[in-house]
Amino acid sequence: MDAFILQILNGLDKGSAYALIALGLTLIFGTLGVVNFAHGALFMIGAFCAVTVQKLLGLSFDVIDPTQTDFLGNPLKVAIPYVEAWFGPAIGGAIQDWSVPLAILVVIPVMFLVGWAMERGLIKHFYNRPHADQILVTFGLAIVIGEIIKAFFGANPIQTPAPEVFIGTVDVGAWLGMDPGSVAYPTWRMVYFFFSAIIIAAVFAFLQFTTFGMVVRAGMADRETVGLLGIDIDKRFTLMFGLAAAVAGMAGVMYTPILSPHYNIGMDFLVLSFVVVVVGGMGSLPGAVLAGFLLGILQSFASMNEVKALIPGIDQIIIYLVAIIILLTRPRGLMGRKGVMED
Amino acid sequence: MSKSNFSRRGVLKTGAIAGAGLAVPTYLRADGHAGFTNAPQGSTVKIGFNVPQTGPYAEEGLDELRAQELAVEHLNGMGDGGMMNTFSEKNLKGNGILGKKVEFVTGDTQTKSDVARASAQSMIQKDECIMINGGSSSGVAIAVQGLCQEAGVIFMAGLTHSNDTTGKDKKANGFRHFFNGYMSGAALGPVLEKEYGNERQAYHLTADYTWGWTQQESIAASTEALGWNTVQDVRTPVGAGDFSSYIAPILNSGADTLILNHYGGDMVNSLTQAIQFGLRDKQVNGKDFTIIVPLYSELMAAGAGSNIQGVFGSMNWNWQLQDEGTKAFVKSFGEKYGFPPSGAAHTCYVQTLLYADAVERAGTFNPCGVVEALEDFDFDGMGNGPTSYRGADHQCFKDVLVMKGTEAPTNQFDTLEIVEVTPRAQVEYAPDHPMFAGGDLGECNPGA
Repeated sequence: MDAFILQILNGLDKGSAYALIALGLTLIFGTLGVVNFAHGALFMIGAFCAVTVQKLLGLSFDVIDPTQTDFLGNPLKVAIPYVEAWFGPAIGGAIQDWSVPLAILVVIPVMFLVGWAMERGLIKHFYNRPHADQILVTFGLAIVIGEIIKAFFGANPIQTPAPEVFIGTVDVGAWLGMDPGSVAYPTWRMVYFFFSAIIIAAVFAFLQFTTFGMVVRAGMADRETVGLLGIDIDKRFTLMFGLAAAVAGMAGVMYTPILSPHYNIGMDFLVLSFVVVVVGGMGSLPGAVLAGFLLGILQSFASMNEVKALIPGIDQIIIYLVAIIILLTRPRGLMGRKGVMED
Repeated sequence: MSKSNFSRRGVLKTGAIAGAGLAVPTYLRADGHAGFTNAPQGSTVKIGFNVPQTGPYAEEGLDELRAQELAVEHLNGMGDGGMMNTFSEKNLKGNGILGKKVEFVTGDTQTKSDVARASAQSMIQKDECIMINGGSSSGVAIAVQGLCQEAGVIFMAGLTHSNDTTGKDKKANGFRHFFNGYMSGAALGPVLEKEYGNERQAYHLTADYTWGWTQQESIAASTEALGWNTVQDVRTPVGAGDFSSYIAPILNSGADTLILNHYGGDMVNSLTQAIQFGLRDKQVNGKDFTIIVPLYSELMAAGAGSNIQGVFGSMNWNWQLQDEGTKAFVKSFGEKYGFPPSGAAHTCYVQTLLYADAVERAGTFNPCGVVEALEDFDFDGMGNGPTSYRGADHQCFKDVLVMKGTEAPTNQFDTLEIVEVTPRAQVEYAPDHPMFAGGDLGECNPGA
């Protein structure tokens, strides 16, 4: 039972990351009709925003300590972070410790700008081109972004820890009335799950309960008619691209304490997120969220030793197997709309 | 009227032979060479540095490249000479190799066997390299070693730790300076016994390829000999990223020890996530839960940050050693690049010098002469104490380091501390040891 609950939690955690990326991906597809293979790169840029904030807060000046020597035997240069010099070791240390949550404040405007620039600078030129062209150009863009990140930050994963207060585990077993300590789950992963739930709810509320969101939904259903009503739908769709980029960026920032960011992290998530979108139904926002959680949980259970003993290698193929079964039985995905990608 | 001496059949036969001759790749033809592949012409000799410059082991690869460039500088008489000054052999004079200036080309293996082979092939065919050096990942090393054997050039392997490289996949044209999984197990065993006793329940997470398999086999054999029980060995895909699904089952498995047979980014992620799941805070079977990382590198340790503190592992070499060879290399490398060299950098630097020295001693670039010079070659002054290249399998034998993550680092390079220098005799094994059985070294191939 303990193992079962742990894998459910793992699945929800994985699923929330898939759902957040897939949500932005399907939002872009639903509004602009673009298959954006650079969406994983947006997740990665978000993750590296956290790295950048961490590095900026860690900027330091050197003080020579004559009592110690470096690896070459020269007097040791001790790095003193500016924030510690300005605010004292306690406050300065706390600011550095909270670099990941602080990065959320930075990533939202940055990713809006990145999304806007990407859409206006490149992707708008491919609206009327076949999906294959869109895939090629956005995939190429993802590679270019990855290489730029590598040139600046190197190829190795960079540790971006969560604040000290979130290190450790939560006693989920005690919450569920089980023996204390029987099911312990990492605190930051719980934070990530709740954070994802809030972001997903906020995106749905924005689209459902605001005039802007209503116009966007109308545009997704019938772009031409909305345009004939005198509404500049393209401008709103560009903003939606920015919103999708910001969602991917926030997902990236919050994931950094779970998975140390590296220049290829976007690609790792991209393929899975595409499968999530296809399984959920191209252009369906609830479908993307549902499929994200469903596939996350299935992937977690497939990794259990008992399951792998029955079907070796199932953990590697489960997502694709489910995708095949769903596409065979429900060709439009779980919640796909008629007419999308069917012309 | 003259009579032609050419019959139709004769012309066809000659044409077929000539055609076949032309179809053979340039590097397999003896014409124009001194009886071996890519015999150097003129005043230069070219070697190929085939390392991962992109992909999961790119940082290791780039550090190898730095060391290889440094070795070429030293061979050509530039810089301070580094380990050439401490090497027990005194054949290298700073005038290249056999008087020929050393040039090099670089390739990107991307840590993929097929890409690495294509890159090495291009170096041999297009760039006419006489030797290929470097690389990270045993899968890549074994693939490139096989290619070099077929092509008739020497392969001086870089960072490859699988027993198979000099076990069932050994080749006469290939040489490994780096240590292997068996040696890690033999070195770690006594230290683990002293630290954690004889009654441990070990759970292995193992990278699912040749290196992971052989390291797991070696470490399990070593720890089981202490009395430890292997609870489970779970194979994980390389580059899995999120290992939470594999870590969660450990919590209720009854294991009190986690052995991570992971390397590079995988190790950074799996160790970080294991600690996030609170494994190191747990008490199981009345013991503090512990984590072991059998193969360490400085670059991995830096990536894992504070998570590595107190975790035991092993290394081929470390810049903190205090012998003259190490000091000379760290000084050269540190002054040029501003930070200490990694173990991968050390191995590739040493391999380049060892090759050059072997050519000097053999008096020829002919791979068979180099093989003969390197087999059962004893040397010192290269940072590992007295070392020898065993002729039976082309594996280097030397001391092995047992390391531990520094508990209280004082600077950014202070990530690992040397716990013990395990003497060479403790990590030696017979060439026909079951973990290295099978395969055949074969004969050296000069390629002509």
